[in-house]
Amino acid sequence: MANIQDKIANLFPEATFEEGEFLLINIPDEKLHSLAKTLRDDEELAFDYLVTIVGMDWTDSLGCVYYLTSTKHNTHISIKVSTTDRENPTITSVADLWKIACIYEREVYDFFGIIFIGNPDMRRLFLNIDWKGFPLRKDYDTNPELNPVSIENERQSDDTYNYTRDENGNIVKNVTKVFNENDFVVNIGPQHPATHGVLRFRTAVDGEIVKKIDVYMGYIHRGVEKLCEGLTYPQTLHYMDRLDYFSAHNYHHGLCLCIEKAAGIQVSRRVEVIRVLMDELSRIASHCLFIGTYCMDLGATTMLFYTLRVREQILDIMEKTCGARMTFNYSCIGGVMQDLHPDFVNDVKALLAVIPANIKEYNTLFTGNVITKDRLEGVGVLSREDAISYGVTGPSGRASGWACDVRKTDPYSIYSELDFEEVLATEGDSMARFKCRVEESTQSAHIIEQLIDNIPEGEILAKVPKVLKLPEGHWFQLVEGCRGVFGVYIESKGTTSPYRLKIVPPCLNLASVVDHITEGSKIADLITIGGSLDYIVPDMDR
Amino acid sequence: MEVNELEKKGTVVEKITTKSMPYEAFKDNEYIEKLVEELRANGTNVIVGAFDKLINWGRSNSIWPLTFATSCCGIEFVSLGAARFDMARFGWEVARASPRQADFMMVAGTIVNRMVPVFRRLYDQLAEPKYVIACGSCAISGGPFRKSYHVAKGIEEIVPVDVFVPGCPPRPEAMIYGIMQLSRKIKVEKFFGGVNRQENREEYLKAHPIEEQN
Repeated sequence: MANIQDKIANLFPEATFEEGEFLLINIPDEKLHSLAKTLRDDEELAFDYLVTIVGMDWTDSLGCVYYLTSTKHNTHISIKVSTTDRENPTITSVADLWKIACIYEREVYDFFGIIFIGNPDMRRLFLNIDWKGFPLRKDYDTNPELNPVSIENERQSDDTYNYTRDENGNIVKNVTKVFNENDFVVNIGPQHPATHGVLRFRTAVDGEIVKKIDVYMGYIHRGVEKLCEGLTYPQTLHYMDRLDYFSAHNYHHGLCLCIEKAAGIQVSRRVEVIRVLMDELSRIASHCLFIGTYCMDLGATTMLFYTLRVREQILDIMEKTCGARMTFNYSCIGGVMQDLHPDFVNDVKALLAVIPANIKEYNTLFTGNVITKDRLEGVGVLSREDAISYGVTGPSGRASGWACDVRKTDPYSIYSELDFEEVLATEGDSMARFKCRVEESTQSAHIIEQLIDNIPEGEILAKVPKVLKLPEGHWFQLVEGCRGVFGVYIESKGTTSPYRLKIVPPCLNLASVVDHITEGSKIADLITIGGSLDYIVPDMDR
Repeated sequence: MEVNELEKKGTVVEKITTKSMPYEAFKDNEYIEKLVEELRANGTNVIVGAFDKLINWGRSNSIWPLTFATSCCGIEFVSLGAARFDMARFGWEVARASPRQADFMMVAGTIVNRMVPVFRRLYDQLAEPKYVIACGSCAISGGPFRKSYHVAKGIEEIVPVDVFVPGCPPRPEAMIYGIMQLSRKIKVEKFFGGVNRQENREEYLKAHPIEEQN
């Protein structure tokens, strides 16, 4: 790290550094783009993966924190940029360096009103174009009369904006169109059975060839990040169940780890084992549902009944211990809510006994099918470089050959001691993404096998102060959800509730990449490609 | 108590039930009895009433849902359709992707500001007679997201709701119970004749001038 710091200090004398979990570089806005370019392109640095852009409102200034990861050297770094202008805040865009930055910057603009100069598509992302105010700013007026619930259709526009600087340094607003003049645009969603929730694609087509897709989000944007700012830390946990409801345990685990790290709470080994067991069980359940619904999208309706059989068995195990079928609210700060049910070990062993036969059955029924092969192989190919540039993680990224499993790259909890393989493929097509998920279920079962006989005794809840206050500072934690890398950023001012809690969902990246990988393919393949990415809409919208 | 009072009045209480569920197993029989009492206040025509019974028997046993799910509750709805809970047993399995072919919509999930016009349009597109089940706390009141800036505080403000199914998310069993309640409601409806059967067109137009309609 000191190495990197020296190097950057030499190149950018105006940069200041803060030591922390990750090195934090403070840089003035003028130098941001050249710093970002250096970080990405320099061989020794090679920060090619933009994890997230955290928009921030520090009341006296607005700004962003960029989290970067180098896939080559497995190092992390963060950059902080701020502006004191609250009326017309501007920051230079990095959308030309990382493709996903375009969407991240739109999100920051939507929530904080920061305009990114150079971003080609500076529209709102989740909220209406007529929305008044920027909700995540601290001075946002929450009066519902300003933005009433209306049954009138929202105003839509084909215009998009980009901002540039002219030679005098003034900011110029340019209006461009999302689609070309003569494009034939077909609307898909939000009410469409194959979009897996309420996602909307505005699809420009030429015959049945897809030319461009404008992904329209926000149909289930529930403002979780703002809600969390008004709640205490233990209260924020229950929203994690309702983002990606298949990875409920994993997301809980992530937020708990982040808070425990900040508060300096040590959890017992028993808790760690239980959490990992639950994570892996939910991974199998999630992939089972993926296989079922994906096959259903392709017309193989009966597969759903086969895969849900295993899922129901897992839900029974969860229900006995956690008391719920879906929103478990099981992990809590310092441990878990209840101890394992006495039947847990036997039930899990019964599950492990049936998994190999089930997976074999799925493969016989579906994977080897000629129609399946024709529709999936070579369709929707995503290259490794693009997967990294778009930040497509999880099984979808690994199908493109990018080893992005947080359990391997930055092992948390007890994952470093466990023996399992990171499932990788090189094809990057829909078939590879499908097969990666099937294979991952086997690996998860393998992890559970190692742990199920060795659940150590111990307390299930560490001593946690009744009123939990985090010290001043900020923390960032990544975990592996079922669909990719899930991150939590917490900034605390020393009170009982977070000053800012930013959720980094994997599905936002998965939805953003749809435009890129469907370009030039048939409109019917849009369904198979979208299905193979397996995004969950409440997760991307939050 | 309610039952006894009705019996005292000399009214025969019709025990509305469905799918061989014992009448006593339903928990809010007062509601359905009151509804029956209101509907039958002016008596029932012997012939039309018999037709009503026949057609309502058919309608209440094949209510088709609209495939509509915004979040977590939708996954429980998928489980409801699968082999274990198997809503096909009750004749509800034909989930339609188009609202024009569906009888009721199970609002499974949060409805946010941006979704409201879309949701309202879907409701308008449902063919009459149509029903709405508010499924889960988000649809009922906004649930855990009630304080959010971008969430509708209950779908009752947007469309009329027939049945509320609480839970976060409700278990598939609760959804079965909710749809059964809906099918009980359908069973007591007046389908033929209806309330305005004695009112002719001229009288109706006199009472409701067209200018007022516009």
